[in-house]
Amino acid sequence: MSTLIIAIMVPFIAAAMIPFLYKKIVKLHIGWFAMLVSTILFIYLARFIPSIARGETFAHTINWMPSYGINFAAYLDGLSLILALLITGVGSLVILYSIFYLSSKESLGHFYTYLMLFMGAMLGVVMSDNMMVMYVFWELTSISSFLLIAFWYQRKRSREGAKKSLLITVSGGIAMLVGFIMIYVMTGTWSIREVIAGAGGFASHHLFIPAMLLLLLGAFTKSAQFPFHIWLPDAMEAPTPVSAYLHSATMVKAGIYLVARFTPVFGGEAIWFWLVTGVGLVTLFWGSFHAVRQKDLKALLAYSTVSQLGMIMSMFGMGSAALYFGYSTESVVYTQATFAALFHLVNHSTFKGALFMVIGIVDHEVGTRDIRRLGGLATLMPFTFTIAMIGSFSMAGLPPFNGFLSKEMFFTAALTIHEAGIFSLDAWGTLIPIIAWVASIFTFVYSMIIVFKTFLGPYQEEKLEHPAKEPPVGMLIAPGILALAVVGIFFFPNLLGDYLLTPAMAGIFPSFATEGLGVSIYAWHGFNREIWMTIGVVVAGILLYRFRTYWMGIYKIFDDKWSFNSLYSYVISFMEESSTTFTNSYMTGYLRDYMVYIYLFFIVAIGGTIIYTGTYAFDISGNAPITEFEWILTFVMMIAGISILFAKSRLTAILLNSILGYGVAAFFVLFRAPDLALTQTVVETVTTVLFLVAYYFLPEWQKEDVPRKSRNVNLIISVSVGVIFTVIALAVQNGKLFESISSYFEDSYKLAGGNNIVNSILGDFRALDTMLEVVVLLIAGIGVYTFIRLKAKKEDEHIENQ
Amino acid sequence: MKINNVILRTVSKVVVFIILTLAIYLFLSGHHSPGGGFIGGLVMASALVLLFIVYDIETVQKAIPVDFKKIAAFGALLAVGTAFGSIFFDVPFLTQSFAYFDLPFFGKTELTTVTIFEAGVALVVVGVVVTIILSISEDV
Amino acid sequence: METLITILAGVLVTVATYLILSRSLIRVILGTAILSHAAHLLIMTMGGGLKIGSVPILGEGNGTFVDALPQALILTSIVISFAVTAVALVLAYRTYQETGTDKLDELRGMKHE
Repeated sequence: MSTLIIAIMVPFIAAAMIPFLYKKIVKLHIGWFAMLVSTILFIYLARFIPSIARGETFAHTINWMPSYGINFAAYLDGLSLILALLITGVGSLVILYSIFYLSSKESLGHFYTYLMLFMGAMLGVVMSDNMMVMYVFWELTSISSFLLIAFWYQRKRSREGAKKSLLITVSGGIAMLVGFIMIYVMTGTWSIREVIAGAGGFASHHLFIPAMLLLLLGAFTKSAQFPFHIWLPDAMEAPTPVSAYLHSATMVKAGIYLVARFTPVFGGEAIWFWLVTGVGLVTLFWGSFHAVRQKDLKALLAYSTVSQLGMIMSMFGMGSAALYFGYSTESVVYTQATFAALFHLVNHSTFKGALFMVIGIVDHEVGTRDIRRLGGLATLMPFTFTIAMIGSFSMAGLPPFNGFLSKEMFFTAALTIHEAGIFSLDAWGTLIPIIAWVASIFTFVYSMIIVFKTFLGPYQEEKLEHPAKEPPVGMLIAPGILALAVVGIFFFPNLLGDYLLTPAMAGIFPSFATEGLGVSIYAWHGFNREIWMTIGVVVAGILLYRFRTYWMGIYKIFDDKWSFNSLYSYVISFMEESSTTFTNSYMTGYLRDYMVYIYLFFIVAIGGTIIYTGTYAFDISGNAPITEFEWILTFVMMIAGISILFAKSRLTAILLNSILGYGVAAFFVLFRAPDLALTQTVVETVTTVLFLVAYYFLPEWQKEDVPRKSRNVNLIISVSVGVIFTVIALAVQNGKLFESISSYFEDSYKLAGGNNIVNSILGDFRALDTMLEVVVLLIAGIGVYTFIRLKAKKEDEHIENQ
Repeated sequence: MKINNVILRTVSKVVVFIILTLAIYLFLSGHHSPGGGFIGGLVMASALVLLFIVYDIETVQKAIPVDFKKIAAFGALLAVGTAFGSIFFDVPFLTQSFAYFDLPFFGKTELTTVTIFEAGVALVVVGVVVTIILSISEDV
Repeated sequence: METLITILAGVLVTVATYLILSRSLIRVILGTAILSHAAHLLIMTMGGGLKIGSVPILGEGNGTFVDALPQALILTSIVISFAVTAVALVLAYRTYQETGTDKLDELRGMKHE
């Protein structure tokens, strides 16, 4: 099935095409193209449903770095399919919505490029079998999310939100990479399927627990789990379609996907169980608790997303307990938690997607999302109100909406697990249903706030930017479809369960028999504890909502000064300040200082090595004899070189330099290098002319007026550099390690048809060097010409300074 | 820059041609005796630089109306083109070839692709050196 | 001979280093030019023995040639260092034209505490 890999690549190709299409096609909104791509992918993936439901899986591999075991391996099973369908399905709806949401004045080319980039990366995450490839896609989702949050980059808050989300998710991603590498060390394979197949075989390895913790760190940061949830509310600065798509339906589910994917490997461990369940429950409570206090509807939804993600996460944790018992008819009951998690994963995407779009509509139509300014919109925006009500009531867990079903199953799971009697659940297990219940009350309260504060109550037009009216029909289609799905799933839950959720369960519990994993979902299961809990939630929720003003004071305890947000800002600003101070302390901007660093390193590292290893050798026995003329030439050059330091005028300095150049040329003659001697003579002439011409324009040669101290330092450094240079050169001459390759070139007449060996080397044997050298020379020429000819004009400077 | 020196002018009129002849000789003989593209190009460039120093730039440019930047670019094209040319003959990049021909007047002569390559090198050297010197001295 | 040339190169490196560490831009450029002279001399000594054999042109001498490889390397290097010197000179010249100074400590381009 090579089409799987093509399916991952298609969004990337589309992303590459969009900028061009955007320029070419002016009349049509570019979003339609993106929507076409995503719909085709959805239909393509949906065609896998029947075969996946039969228990088939699909895999295809393209070799990338086979010697390292890193290959582009696409793998589609039930779990991947659920997420892939969400990515493409919700993606299509969001794009449809965005076509009407974003005005054509925005830089839509960028927007849809990023969106397609994200879609491809996300498909890559859920469909990769190779951990390395998955990591690449994982970080790519973070990067595209960064770009999308900062879409309105003119706003400071957008930039900061984008930076925050990038920092947190990418650092989590790097932790995950380290975890992956540890898994590779333990198992010797990058393939997730092979790791799962060998699960249990390496549980006693000393890297097992670190790998698990690092993996969870990646999952928790990505899925905005406590205390890493702080990036998600700030990410709401993104355009609403992005929030609906990335930050509620898909990207934040990547962490959950990772936990689900690796449950067969790590599930059944007490640490895994408590971390995933515990962090999930704390997030569930913390998110719902803080959602109630929010005044901005989008921030409220952000906290609610955090909370719902925590709920899904905790259910995956509870479900993993089943692996502790191994497969038996009794232990299957615990897998229901995982089933509920998958079910809620889908449900959450539907109702939260709809709610985000509704809030977007409200924002778009009346120009504010502040619940203190909103109210009474129900009569003016009836369709929007209906969709909002469906979404909110589903989120609150009321029938007849799909949220009711998954919430009931969540209660069942919480009640079942606390009686499991493992992992010291006897002591702490009671807390699980209690936290679940309390958090559900807060969930109920904020769901009510969305409906009642926005759509009921007095309508205050003077507080709104625009008078309220229904949005264009196009904007209502996408949330409408999602609202229909919310109701539809309630009435036909088993359609979803049998075709999508049960096959996904097989991926999470490969050692379990498939028949036992399916759960029939019932809306009504008698007057049991779950239904009493729900009734309790509704009653307590209504009471809390009515008497909100009396207890809102407790939020004062959670002062902003002590939040994780301020910790984050403190750490970031501290790091920025201290690194600036540190960098400024040695980056002086003065060339001499940098050269001093380089030379000091040279002296310490090379000189130290020579002294430490004792490799200096000195032997003049193999030397060629020296004639008198050569002595004289050497001393003339030495004197000329040293006198440059004391030259009074620039002309003297240039002429002394020429003496050095011609002296070198003379040595070339003595060393039987006619080509070199010729070249050096001519080059020296041209260089001297060049120096003279340039110095004609340069300031007068002045005496060095640097402090005596730094002059002494310079002197010590230069002498040490010269000495070390000489010592190394002498040591190298006396320690020839292998035969010279030069004799090969003496065949030049036979090999290159030339008698001049040097010229044959340049023109034939090493012609690549010469060719590139010519190019360098040309670049230098162009550089000089450009330096001189293209001077910044006054108005150009003005542009630069903007 | 204009130097009004009669002796220098008179001498250089003759000398420039000697230098140019030497340059061409060095370039052509490079394959078998000292010389080659670099040296040939440099000597030619120094001849031109001598002209620029002795006469003023406008006069020389009127006499030799060429854009030296283009010469440099053409040279680079020639050198890189020779390199790529070998690909079309299905041999590795930059492979040079040579053969012997019986030409009238010259007798048995060796013709080689290295000469084209070296010509490119020489042209780049001439073009770049003259461009550099001209750019600096023109900019007052 | 090799030792003498190496010591000469060492002296030139010392001079070049001192010039490179100085304040004035034109001294630094002169320093780099001297550094390349020193490097050429050094490469020369690294061959298979100085003055042993005849010029590396077939048909000259009695069949032994001096090492041709360092010569080819130096030939390349000479032209490149010419180009580098030219660019550096023009850079210095333009810097002076724009800023009116060739003192490197005045050319920091940022406020330094």
